[in-house]
This record gives sequence, structure tokens and C-alpha cells, in this order.
Amino acid sequence: MVVASMILSALLFVVGTLGVLIRRNAIIMFLSIELQLNAVNLAFVALSRVWGIEGQIFVFFVMTVAAAEAAVGLAIIISIFRHYETVNVNNFNLLKW
Amino acid sequence: MVDILFYIFAAVAIGSALGVVMSRNPVGSLLFMVATLASLAGIFVLLEAHFLAAVQVIVYAGAIMVLFLFVIMLLNLGHDYQKDLKWGAFSVLSFIVVGTLAGFLARALGAGSTGDVMSSAGGRSIDAAVSEFGAVGAIARPLFTTYVVPFEITGILLLVAIVGALVLAKRNV
Repeated sequence: MVVASMILSALLFVVGTLGVLIRRNAIIMFLSIELQLNAVNLAFVALSRVWGIEGQIFVFFVMTVAAAEAAVGLAIIISIFRHYETVNVNNFNLLKW
Repeated sequence: MVDILFYIFAAVAIGSALGVVMSRNPVGSLLFMVATLASLAGIFVLLEAHFLAAVQVIVYAGAIMVLFLFVIMLLNLGHDYQKDLKWGAFSVLSFIVVGTLAGFLARALGAGSTGDVMSSAGGRSIDAAVSEFGAVGAIARPLFTTYVVPFEITGILLLVAIVGALVLAKRNV
């Protein structure tokens, strides 16, 4: 079951990467990043069955960092939305050369 | 029985993850994400990480997803059906990148696979700690002894995130 979990983790990570690459909605890009973090969490928990409890402790830290990242990222999205009235990243081209 | 449950949870997780990426409606995307997180919590239970399964449901599917939902409702994006899937040349490039990544991951993960790893040394040490200190104590003991410095740094990170979110989302910056 550990190997099956690792394969599931790889598939979830790939789906998350696909979401970041093909979606233009900033919130759904954020959701896809959360999906990638969860895929890595699953790999950590699966490997903790092989290497010991440290994998589960690291998942704890990853969850905390994900919460902090979601709070700050959503605040940035709200702040951008007030300027542009949209969350489509195609319109955020101020820094584009 | 456990294997059948695992495959059911895995199918739900993959299907809902595809739903997150493909759904037109941001709220629908979010609900698919909740389904993914819940099935991952089920897989955590099957992997004997009961405390992390509870935290996954409470913190991830509860708090973080509600935060996302609040932002979607606040920005009034619930009926934002504009076409935002970017197909075309960039999409083909994306699929090539993602496919290569999947190939490397599958190859690396399949390389060191052995038979029954549920009863290996790490699993036995976790089971011993759980039977001695309980599901929470097994994680809390190393967390508050060996890893106490990263734990405190995580607290500082959360404080910085609170202050940063307030400053960024304040109306009159």
C-alpha cells in the first residue's frame, strides 16, 4: 500500500501541476498549489511507514506553512482584485516586457 | 478489505482532483477540492496516521477551504463562467512538461519498491509509540523535544502571516 500511495501522490502532483499551468483563474491556481502540497503530504505519510514518525511531523509543518501561504496569498488576490476588478492572471501584465 | 477501501479513496481523490482542474465554476472547483482532501484523510487513516487524518479534516477541509470560499464569495466570483482554460500552443507545451514530470516521478518511485513495507522498521516503531503514548502523544513527543525549534519558528511564521494578511487586505493602504 505504501508504493500505491506513492503512485497516487505522483498522479495528484501531476494533476496539480496541470492546474497551475492551464488555468488562468488566480484562485484556482492557488487551489492547484494546495493540491500539490497535499500530494507531497501523502508521500510523507506513506514513507513514514518505512522510515519512522518524522514523516508525520513534517506533514504537520507543511500544513502550517500551507495555512500561512493561503492567508497571505488570498490577501494579495483581494488587493489585486480591488485594482483590476478581475482575478484572471492574463490581465496582470504590468511587469510583462 | 483495506486494499479495496484504498482503491476507492484513491479513485475519488484522482477524480475530484481532475474536477478541481477542469471545473468551470470556482465554487464547484472548491467543493471538488474538499472531496479530494476528505479522501486523502481516509487514506491517512488506512496508513495508520490517525492524528494527521483528523488534522487534515479540521484544518485543511475545514479552515483553509472555508477561507477560500469566503474569498470567492467576497469577490463575487461564484458565477464567473468566463472561459479561462488556456488551450493552444501553451497547453501542448504544458502537457509535454507535465507528462515528462509524471514519467520521471513514476520511474523514481517504482525503482525502490519492495513487497510488504507495512511491517517494516519505521512502521513497527510508530505502532510501538502509538500503543505507549496514544495517537497524539506519538507525534507530540518528538515534536516538543527533538523538533521544538522548528515548531517555535512555525509559530513566528503564523504570526507574520496574520500581520501580512491584515496589512495586505486592509482597505485604505
